[in-house]
Amino acid sequence: MISTDILIIGAGPTGLFTVFEAGLLKLKCHLIDALPQIGGQCSEIYPKKPIYDIPGFPEILAGELTDNLMEQCKQFQPGFTLGERAETLEKNDDGTFIVTTNKGTKHQAPVIAIAGGLGSFEPRKPLIHNIADFEDKGVEYIIKEPELYRDKEVVIAGGGDSALDWSIFLSDIASKVTLIHRRNEFRGALDSVEKIQELKNQGKISIITPAEVIDLVGDDAVKGVVVKESDNMHIDKEYVLETDHFIPLFGLSPKLGPIANWGLEIEKNAIKVNNALDYQTNIPGVFAIGDVNTYPGKLKLILCGFHEATLMCQAAYQIINPGKKYVLKYTTVSGVHGFDGTSKTAPKAVVKKIE
Amino acid sequence: MQEDIKITIIDRDGVSHNIDAPTDMAMNIMEVVRAYELAPEGTIGICGGMAMCASCQCYVLSDTELPEKQDDEEAMLSEAFYVKDNSRLSCQIQITSKIEGLEVELAPES
Repeated sequence: MISTDILIIGAGPTGLFTVFEAGLLKLKCHLIDALPQIGGQCSEIYPKKPIYDIPGFPEILAGELTDNLMEQCKQFQPGFTLGERAETLEKNDDGTFIVTTNKGTKHQAPVIAIAGGLGSFEPRKPLIHNIADFEDKGVEYIIKEPELYRDKEVVIAGGGDSALDWSIFLSDIASKVTLIHRRNEFRGALDSVEKIQELKNQGKISIITPAEVIDLVGDDAVKGVVVKESDNMHIDKEYVLETDHFIPLFGLSPKLGPIANWGLEIEKNAIKVNNALDYQTNIPGVFAIGDVNTYPGKLKLILCGFHEATLMCQAAYQIINPGKKYVLKYTTVSGVHGFDGTSKTAPKAVVKKIE
Repeated sequence: MQEDIKITIIDRDGVSHNIDAPTDMAMNIMEVVRAYELAPEGTIGICGGMAMCASCQCYVLSDTELPEKQDDEEAMLSEAFYVKDNSRLSCQIQITSKIEGLEVELAPES
């Protein structure tokens, strides 16, 4: 069981900055995120978009912000459980909590900080009537283990970066890769699009556009997909394409998910908190910070998440060190002392007599 | 002083709302829907208006002339669900005096 001082649900900008503020108070943190990488929306949806309202940065790319936040808090050695979604929250008799993920990983902490943003990102599933029957039986929405596809035939559907990048990657592993999209044009990074063109010219990937998969065939596992293809005369033809795997990559959409069932007060898909004090929810010891919370006047801005994280850490300190008086020390005065032994301090001013 | 324009938005429950939308606040249809809470928070404008999610998809019912779709909107609609010929991303439709009388219906949540 993973034990920590503050268990943070969500490793986006607010969750990451919490690690820093908690570390100044000598509190350890562990973060859970459903995505396989840190950064939340900033790394998943818009890493290359510039953000103009982060204090101190006239302009910063979302991906760079994530890197900077990680750099800022790394000396506090945060632990990460990535690619797993927090499912259940239980309260122990001693007041601590246990959060279990969908993979069964358990985490224990006296304080829970929900920094879930808009919710955990789930794959957008295409509107194929029998797709649920084939999930994990030939239909996958996320590629976790590429070896699963070695020497197999795969059909990938989608028109964005994910579809392009995975088609390129699997062209070296699978025996056959077919990419299907509703348009002839693909939207993605220039070098990905160019690479796909190259692989198509070499015959290593086949591309069917404009087309879409409208049905799946098979008994206990996928045997093929039904493709509906349009030609230039707007006449559709439908046929079965044999395949071992169907991987629809239509992007991700955020859902509040299991958090909605934890007994918290939810309003407009967000968690109500006490913003006059410390952003605590109706469950003592559980806080909600960043886009995931709501209160009168709430603004869903990253900088608001930073502020809420800082105030929340004070309350966390009081819960974990009851009765201890906290003295606010400015980082300019006392520096930053990491758990890894490193220190950031201001160089001492020179005091020297002039002869 | 710019005038408000009148537009009609049919929400996901089929309820029609007649809205006075301001033309001087650089708002788009998605932002009007959010400001008037015509769809639950978290189900529309998820990407903030960057044509990166299709949660603001709507069907244009009136024959109001709208600016052409840009590449981003075309690409996003080609990956969206429940798309029809009259689909647009409401975050890409700016509120200007030119769209007075526009009537749109919000596409199902996705």
